[in-house]
Amino acid sequence: MSAFLAWISTLPALAQIPLVLAAFFAVIALLIFFLEIAPRSGRKFTIIRAAACVLIPGLVFLALGSVLWAAAAATLFGALFFYLDYRSRQGAGYLFQLVGFLSPAIFLLAIGLIYPTIQTTIQAFMNSRGTRFVGLENFIWIFTQDTGIRTVLNTFVWVLIVPAVSTIFGLAYAVFIDKSRGEKFFKVLVFMPMAISFVGASIIWRFVYAVRPAGQEQIGLLNQVVVWLGGEPVSWLSNSPWNTFFLIVVLIWIQTGFAMVILSAAIKGVPAEQLEAAELDGTNAWQRFVNVTVPGIRSSLVVVLTTISIASLKVFDIVRTMTAGANETSVIANEMYSQWQGFEVGRSAAFAVVLFLMVLPIVIYNARQIKKQREIR
Amino acid sequence: MTATVPAKLPLGKKDRKQLARGEKLGASTRTKKRLTSRGATIAALVIAVLWTTPTFGLFISSIRPPEQILRNGWWTIFQNPGFTLNNYTEVLAAGNSTLNLAGAFINSIAITIPATIFPLVLASLAAYAFAWIKFPGRNWMFIGVFALQIVPLQMALVPLLSLFSRGLSIGDIEVFASLNASNAYSQVWIAHTIFALPLAIFLLHNFVSEIPSELIEAARVDGAGHGQIFFRIVLPLTMPAIASFAIFQFLWVWNDLLVALVFADGQVAPMTKLLAEITGSRGQDWNLLTAGAFISILVPLIVFFALQRYFVRGLLAGSTKG
Repeated sequence: MSAFLAWISTLPALAQIPLVLAAFFAVIALLIFFLEIAPRSGRKFTIIRAAACVLIPGLVFLALGSVLWAAAAATLFGALFFYLDYRSRQGAGYLFQLVGFLSPAIFLLAIGLIYPTIQTTIQAFMNSRGTRFVGLENFIWIFTQDTGIRTVLNTFVWVLIVPAVSTIFGLAYAVFIDKSRGEKFFKVLVFMPMAISFVGASIIWRFVYAVRPAGQEQIGLLNQVVVWLGGEPVSWLSNSPWNTFFLIVVLIWIQTGFAMVILSAAIKGVPAEQLEAAELDGTNAWQRFVNVTVPGIRSSLVVVLTTISIASLKVFDIVRTMTAGANETSVIANEMYSQWQGFEVGRSAAFAVVLFLMVLPIVIYNARQIKKQREIR
Repeated sequence: MTATVPAKLPLGKKDRKQLARGEKLGASTRTKKRLTSRGATIAALVIAVLWTTPTFGLFISSIRPPEQILRNGWWTIFQNPGFTLNNYTEVLAAGNSTLNLAGAFINSIAITIPATIFPLVLASLAAYAFAWIKFPGRNWMFIGVFALQIVPLQMALVPLLSLFSRGLSIGDIEVFASLNASNAYSQVWIAHTIFALPLAIFLLHNFVSEIPSELIEAARVDGAGHGQIFFRIVLPLTMPAIASFAIFQFLWVWNDLLVALVFADGQVAPMTKLLAEITGSRGQDWNLLTAGAFISILVPLIVFFALQRYFVRGLLAGSTKG
């Protein structure tokens, strides 16, 4: 496989796409073919299944370039698996199908997410070369030093402000334009930033924040507004601590559209009868909104808030492109990357672990929500 | 059974006329509502203008001559007219020693298309298994996959990179060889595929599990195996969901910077990476930055406007159920 990938990388960029897709679909087609004949009974099919069980693991390992006896061990496991499958209580071929459907995804998740997460956690307790166990030194370094504390605090500021403000704006906008003429058009206007990359958005906003010395004509819109109002132009991105808030505006600008679309759909799902009943009881629009609409869209509100919280915890691109963490604007993800670039792997891993610990409560909450829903189903 | 007698509703003269004409009641009440919420409409307009102005300003600036961009603001375009496409030709040739923005644009395409298709196929296989093959521990495994979605990418980047470049060894025994692909797309394809899987499996599972079970049972009775059921029934029925996730993933990969910074180096860097670099090194050359930014957002905007309906549907399915 490594040879195939090496060969393909010598081709022109656009020629690589059809080739790699063709190879991929050939493998998938073979997989589906095996899955289809797996449950059939009869000598011929049993033999095919046995051959697949024994040969495929070995061949996969060889293709990944492992040593010969690892491939042999895989072959042995394949044979064992065939026996288990053959004696399976749900009938021969059941396990074979299950593994065929699940294994590609699970295998990739294991090597690409589970193994690296464990590895990073271990590295957080090692020195910068990863050769010596240093205990909590990396974490102590983060929390005893001004820039480290600043970084963690900034991340907290992001996660407190962005979800709240973008949800409020999104909800207000969704309510205001609900059932109005041109609703679709209004939605697209606010939703559009979702399609723009964070890098693109950062450039757009850097331009809005651009500053010229007083007396010259301003080219940044925000400073022009300040000058029109009779103020002095301000260098928005260099004065701490307010510069963090000007970065936060960019993420709010992006995420409001997301909140608006989800909440707008939820608002349309609130039963009209309830609203009418409340109207008959003599409530005004605000009371109806607080007492009928908001409880009705509670679950969507939770989803929007958690999703945006996670996005703002992980924010990287905006800080990287706009200030690169200068002037006390750094956040955890950015600092993690900078440390890694400076060959401080231990510290970088420690930042990643801190980030994970901050995300963890949200993970647990979400997983429990899902479990509840699956039980209902 | 009693016949339903129309209740005597306290209707106004106008409403009664409307009912007599067979129109729906409510058209007039709706206009009334809109009149009372004039303030709300104005607030919505203000938000809409605030949200669009920055992008609009970027676009206007990108077609103004460089001297004018630096001399006065884009809102004075009527006092200081000027139009040029030179910014675009210039920025397409700008870049670093190994790559210019035009090449990076091609790279973005070459990275994004396979990195959108791989996870979709693998995830739909897994989603089918989670929805329609019964096995012990299925719920727990599914929740585990969902939880992985929220493991920050940042935790996985560096070890995955060393896995690619050095392979995996347990002790002295090499289990996987290195991928040997530092200047190829394969690393970034695989990385994006892996990082997309948890969300993709979760989203597609929601759709796949909602296919009526009678349909699957009928196919099974007719002698179809899981392979055939998947290929002939599940795949065509979940096409809309797959399309919506495809757009989602396309935008995500196209717009990504972090994964690109780590996995796509040198000649294979996508546009986001090069733009971030130009912003760092030539941050005051607004003619280049505005034109470059506009090129990078052009493709996502086209995809977004053309396929907006699917995109919104995918978002809704992913979140209102989760």
